[in-house]
Amino acid sequence: MAILGLSLTMVAVFVGFGLLIGTLFGFFGMGGSFLVTPALLVMGYPSTVAVGSGLAFVFGTSVIGALRHHDHGQVDYKLAAIMTVAMTIGIEAGKSVVFFLEATGMADLIINVAYVGLLAAVGLLTLRDAWSDDDTETSSDLADRVQSVHIPPMVTLRGGVRVSGTIIFAVGLVIGVLSGFLGVGGGFLLMPAMMYGLGVPAAIAVGTDILQITISGAFGAFTYAQSGSVALPVVAFLLVGSALGARVGAGATNLVDEDEIKGYFAAMLLAGSLAVASNKLGTVYGIDLLNTLSTVLIFGAALLVSGAVVLAAVCRLRNDRTGTWCRLTTS
Amino acid sequence: MFGLENLSGFAQAVATVGVVLAEAFALYLAYGLLSNTVGATVIDALGGD
Repeated sequence: MAILGLSLTMVAVFVGFGLLIGTLFGFFGMGGSFLVTPALLVMGYPSTVAVGSGLAFVFGTSVIGALRHHDHGQVDYKLAAIMTVAMTIGIEAGKSVVFFLEATGMADLIINVAYVGLLAAVGLLTLRDAWSDDDTETSSDLADRVQSVHIPPMVTLRGGVRVSGTIIFAVGLVIGVLSGFLGVGGGFLLMPAMMYGLGVPAAIAVGTDILQITISGAFGAFTYAQSGSVALPVVAFLLVGSALGARVGAGATNLVDEDEIKGYFAAMLLAGSLAVASNKLGTVYGIDLLNTLSTVLIFGAALLVSGAVVLAAVCRLRNDRTGTWCRLTTS
Repeated sequence: MFGLENLSGFAQAVATVGVVLAEAFALYLAYGLLSNTVGATVIDALGGD
C-alpha cells in the first residue's frame, strides 16, 4: 500500500523524523535544514531535490513554530524586520564572495573550514556560558556594552531591551554575509547574536529567529520549486510529524530554564561541527567510516538532544530536579 | 503527485509554497484543537498529578 507514492514504512520514517526535528526546531529555533538535507541525500534523493525539499520543509515547520511562539508572545516583529532586510543584503554580498573564491578554485576548502570553525566557536562559547556559575557575566558584559552605544535610531525590543537600530542592522548584515558565504540559513548565528550580542531574552530570540527563518525558507523553497526540485509528498509527511514536534518544543521553552537551553544548543552545534568536518575528511580521503560517523553524529545528536528537551520539560512538570534521569538534563 | 508538474516554473513555485503554507496552517489548527481537547489531561498525566 502506498500513500502519495510512498510506502507505509517510508511514511512512518518521515513522520517520525519530522517529529524529532520539529521538537528541536520549536525549542532551539534551528536544526531544520542541516538535518533534513543530509537525511534525504543518504536516502538517495538528488542533491537539488534534497536541498529544495529541505528548504520547503524548513519553511512549513517555521510557519508552525512562528505561530506557536507568536501565541506565547515570544516574537519581536521590529527586530525580525530589521534583521530580514539586513540579512537579505548581506546574503547577496556573501554570494559574491563565494563566486570570487570559486574563480580562484579555493571556495570548497575555505567554506568548509569556515563552517566547521564557526559552528565549533559558537558551540564552545555557548557551552562556556552554560557551564559558568555566574550566568550573567559573559553575555551581559557584551550586551551591556552594545546597549550603551547610542547610535540613532534607538529601538525598544520585547523584554525591555533598548538597542541602537543601526547596530541591529550591522549585526544582521554580518550574519547575512556569513549565511550567503556558507550557504546556510543562519539560525545558528542569529540566535546567539541576539542573545549574547543584543541581550534579547532566549525565548524571544528563538521566536524571532524562527520568524526570520520562515521568510528566508519561503524564498529558498520558491527558488528551487521553479525547477521542480521539491518532493512534496516527502515534505507533506515530514510536516505531519514536525507540526506536533514544534508544538512540543515551543511549549518546552516555557518550562525549561534558559541555561539548560544553552547547554543543549551547544551540544547540537559541537556535534554539527564534528559531523561536517568528518564528512568532508571522509569525502576527500575516501574513508567511508568517517562519512558514517558524520551521519551517526547528526542523527544521534538530534535524537539525544530532542529526547533531553522532552525529558527536561517532563521533569519541570513533575518539579523533579533530583531524580537520576532529571539530573542528566541539567547542564 | 499534487498535479503541479504540468504548471510553468513560476506557477509551480507559487503553488508549491502555497500547498506547504496551507498544510502548515491546517496542521497548526488541527494540533491546536487536539491540544485544547486532550492537552490538559496529557500534562496532568506527565506531571504525575
